[in-house]
Amino acid sequence: MFAYVVKRLLSGVVVLFLISMSVFLLFWYGPSEPAQTICDRDTSNRCTPARLEVFRENLGFNNEWYEEYGTFVKGVVAGREIQFGSTTKFQCDAPCLGYSYRTKAPVFEEMKTRMPATFSVAIGGAFLYLAIGIPIGVAAARRRGTLTDKALVSSFLVISSIPYYLFALLTWLFLTITWEIPFFADTGYFPITDNPAKWFSGMLLAWLALGAFGCTQYTRYARGSMVEVLNEDYIRTAKSKGLTSNSVVYKHGLRAALVPVITIFGIEFGTLLAGTIFTETIFDIEGIGLWALEAVVQRDLPVVSATALFGAAVLIIANILVDVVYSILDPRVRLS
Amino acid sequence: MTITSPSSPSSTTSAGDVEGPFLQVEDLTVTFPTQDGPVQAVKGLSYSVELGKTLGIVGESGSGKSVSSMAVMGLHDARSSEITGSIRVGGTEIVGLAESRMRKLRGNSMAMIFQDALAALHPFYRVGDQLAEGYGIHHPKASKRDARRRAIEMLDRVGIPQPDRRVDDFPHQFSGGMRQRAMIAMGLINDPSLLIADEPTTALDVTVQAQILDLLQDLQREFNSAVIIITHDLGVIAEMADDVLVMYAGRCVEFGTTKEILTKPEMPYSWGLLSSIPEVGASTDARLIPIPGNPPSLLKPPSGCSFHPRCAHRDKVPGDLCVTQLPELTSASNRAGHLKRCHLPNPQEIYQTEVLPEIAPDLAEETR
Amino acid sequence: MSQDPNAKVAVDASEIGANAAETGERDLSHHTDVVDDHEALEEAPDFHVLAEQGHVATALDPDAEPIISVDNLKMYFPVKSSGLIRRTVGHVQAVDGISFQVPRGGSLGLVGESGCGKSTTGRLITRLYTPTGGSMMFEGQDLAKLSNSQMRPLRRDVQMIFQDPYTSLNPRHTVGSIVGAPLAVHNIVPKNKILPRVQELLEVVGLNPEHYNRYPNEFSGGQRQRIGIARALTLNPKLLVADEPVSALDVSIQAQVVNLLQDLQKEFNIAFLFIAHDLAVVRHFCPEVAVMYLGKIVEIGDRETIYGQAHHPYTQALLSAVPDVKQAAIGGRRERIRLEGDVPSPINPPSGCRFRTRCQFAQEICAKVEPPLLQIGERHKVACHFAGELGAHPATPVTTDLLAVDDQGSPVPGATPTNKQLTIPGYEKTWYDLKSKQTTGA
Repeated sequence: MFAYVVKRLLSGVVVLFLISMSVFLLFWYGPSEPAQTICDRDTSNRCTPARLEVFRENLGFNNEWYEEYGTFVKGVVAGREIQFGSTTKFQCDAPCLGYSYRTKAPVFEEMKTRMPATFSVAIGGAFLYLAIGIPIGVAAARRRGTLTDKALVSSFLVISSIPYYLFALLTWLFLTITWEIPFFADTGYFPITDNPAKWFSGMLLAWLALGAFGCTQYTRYARGSMVEVLNEDYIRTAKSKGLTSNSVVYKHGLRAALVPVITIFGIEFGTLLAGTIFTETIFDIEGIGLWALEAVVQRDLPVVSATALFGAAVLIIANILVDVVYSILDPRVRLS
Repeated sequence: MTITSPSSPSSTTSAGDVEGPFLQVEDLTVTFPTQDGPVQAVKGLSYSVELGKTLGIVGESGSGKSVSSMAVMGLHDARSSEITGSIRVGGTEIVGLAESRMRKLRGNSMAMIFQDALAALHPFYRVGDQLAEGYGIHHPKASKRDARRRAIEMLDRVGIPQPDRRVDDFPHQFSGGMRQRAMIAMGLINDPSLLIADEPTTALDVTVQAQILDLLQDLQREFNSAVIIITHDLGVIAEMADDVLVMYAGRCVEFGTTKEILTKPEMPYSWGLLSSIPEVGASTDARLIPIPGNPPSLLKPPSGCSFHPRCAHRDKVPGDLCVTQLPELTSASNRAGHLKRCHLPNPQEIYQTEVLPEIAPDLAEETR
Repeated sequence: MSQDPNAKVAVDASEIGANAAETGERDLSHHTDVVDDHEALEEAPDFHVLAEQGHVATALDPDAEPIISVDNLKMYFPVKSSGLIRRTVGHVQAVDGISFQVPRGGSLGLVGESGCGKSTTGRLITRLYTPTGGSMMFEGQDLAKLSNSQMRPLRRDVQMIFQDPYTSLNPRHTVGSIVGAPLAVHNIVPKNKILPRVQELLEVVGLNPEHYNRYPNEFSGGQRQRIGIARALTLNPKLLVADEPVSALDVSIQAQVVNLLQDLQKEFNIAFLFIAHDLAVVRHFCPEVAVMYLGKIVEIGDRETIYGQAHHPYTQALLSAVPDVKQAAIGGRRERIRLEGDVPSPINPPSGCRFRTRCQFAQEICAKVEPPLLQIGERHKVACHFAGELGAHPATPVTTDLLAVDDQGSPVPGATPTNKQLTIPGYEKTWYDLKSKQTTGA
């Protein structure tokens, strides 16, 4: 298994390399001119062609793309120096993902400060939808074909066919604006180390939105998987041994039924960790997703490529973890 | 599930009746409601098995042979099935028995082993743990270590080499024959008095099948249990069963001792089964005569005798009796205890003079 | 007429007795699958008509030319190690040097237990696998050496019927396109002639020709197997590889399909390589039988010899293990040869004779020298040092003179092996007589 994980990590590095290069190229040859944006801002909109040229030169836009990409890669590995305009020089230590054009802050440092917010949203939301979705799904599977099951399945289908941003927006609108529930008034990220209660109340609305929406999907996944497993021969065997119905369903059924659910969850959780643009925007949480969105709008190349790389890395790790969990759950799977 | 108490007055034997057969099934009917209407998978089935005896149930898919045995084990989902009639196991009526009491019998005084051991064993749990679980549930006082010791003992008993090591293997690490042995060990771990084997050797190679059949016979002798063996293979029946029950479209169509059924069958479906399987030792002049058509749909069973659309002898029955009237299960012409469900007036004669010469010319010569 | 793709076929569909009332039901969960409930057998079947159409076992034509001649065929599958770099650490010797012939229009049965390599052999002949070694001469060409593109025209002549009628038909294609696809692929008939040909084929295999636009799930297991057979017949093959064609079917349906295959064989002069684990079905269908164990043919011969006077302990064990219906007439179970344990791993098979680990007659020589597949009768070869009829196995090895070894299997100094080519695919006019230890002839 160790060899397998190493192999997957190595191929993950190759994937990251290719992703960083393509993001880089897209920006390089894209129609936007980051130097213009920065120059305008730095000179209070008195950007002359000469000044622009200085910015272009310092940002490296006058070099060949591969030279600049080489500088970027070198920065990631060994650190580098960065200069904006004619004056300031910044020392950027490895792993250097560059300095934000907009804030002039090192991207890696800012990422570190934003990660807790995104992770808080993702972990809390995911916990909620698993904790609600799977038990309901299992319960529905045990009662499959009954009125309860049908009602549950169809109402959840309706919810999950609403676009998520609309669902989240409506949650926020009703809970904070229309009904003015004070507990939900102050959404946003507050570090858990400063004030856990404030962190909790700031996150709660985002969790509820994510959890309520996600649990409808996980109910369906869990139900489908469970219905299939309950028809397996080994469930019949378990019953014929004289086990209690709960023991049959939870000990023999659930473990097998979880395998496909975990596969979906692993990938989806990776996507959540890489930043939930809608959730963070709507509930005003300063996380990776919001940051990426702003960076794209501002043509802030270092931030865009950093968030893209971060997302890819999270997904790769999530994939590997899914495989590892899979091999632990199912002894027939051997990683090699 | 709608549970109707047994309607026939004959089934009011007192519980704990140790005399007589261990398993007594009377007028068993299993119905599954479906979107296209109710499906009667088993209709009015009655049979009994004594301790130390083996009953073979033969039939094709959809004949109700597995469904009826699952009913004996109480394995049908109460929400999607309706069971009427009477099933008495060791004197206890189990139709309508509360699930909590049913559970105490299941796997304890009666056990079932299934066809495909790879699918029937849980792929995620160790073989030993699966065995021990069955022991532990009926021996709540037994420690984990006792249960494990019992599992090793049973694996050893069914002939698995190095049982103390193999006990920690997963099912996929066993060969097909060993998995079936483990399955049998699991069924027998609580010394059940009734063992139901549903196609126990169907997926196995012949030499492994022979090993498993030998094992089952040895174990039966040792534990003196009542055994039901469900199969489509008349060869397995011939070697294992004392009595045979032939099922077609949910009903018993012929019943008798194995010798009687295989040498003097009186029902054309039994003839068809005998004539449509080649035999490894038969003469090369023996004809392979298939039963035409397919087993009937249980949703729309044929009128009268369910077998009439495929029966090659119904012209020998006067009128259209076969189409209009379901034949009763009556005593066969030659011996008591041999029952058949057929309108033919002289089946013995037809079998000896018409059927046997075609399917076993050598045997026909001998008996003539 | 047998080779004319548009010939009108004379097999009467109702003769096979399944054309209409195929209302079968496989299990309760599929009860809505099969249509045609309204159709019934048009007339009551008559026993005498049925009996006359019942089939006796196929007879052997000893003079038939071989359609395929397989010589020393091998298939090794590599076994990879786990770890960072995956090296080949061994081979599964699935088929290890087998030789046989299938006569034109005849049938050879290939029997053995799971893992013996019989299915791999079938896949090699249809070139679903490319063999590791050996040759397969078919109509003057060596199938083993052809590239995939060279193989394509020959695929018309060698077709396959699969075991599982539930998974071998694409559920999203209609019966018409499944059966007609080979015609379109090979460009044999113009587009507008495909449908009539498909309908004709459906009729040949006893299905209603009007059902060409239905999907496989609308048919029962037996009917699906007929569809599979119709597909295999589409291109008028000369050789059909039937891999367990009836083992997934209900008992009463098995006989229908076996009889159908016999009819088709006679009608179109198709040769069969009939792979099955059911010794009784093989006996009924094949005048010649080869028994495989762990990648090798251990005994091959005509039906009467294999089933009546088998000389290999494995064949004898296999035959004695088959449950026998006649047993009931005599009462009780007959003595059978018990084989202990399981088949060894084909990755690391036993030295010498592969069966020796489970053989009650095995001696020292069996571990040292592999017994050659020796012709010991007109149409009978066996690979055993102690070959003999049941209960009459010799006390000393019969192969010592031929192999120039002593009774313990050690080479005798100075002696030269007298064996000529021992593994030719067919049979010689002369053979080694076990009693006289001399080469004799008919």
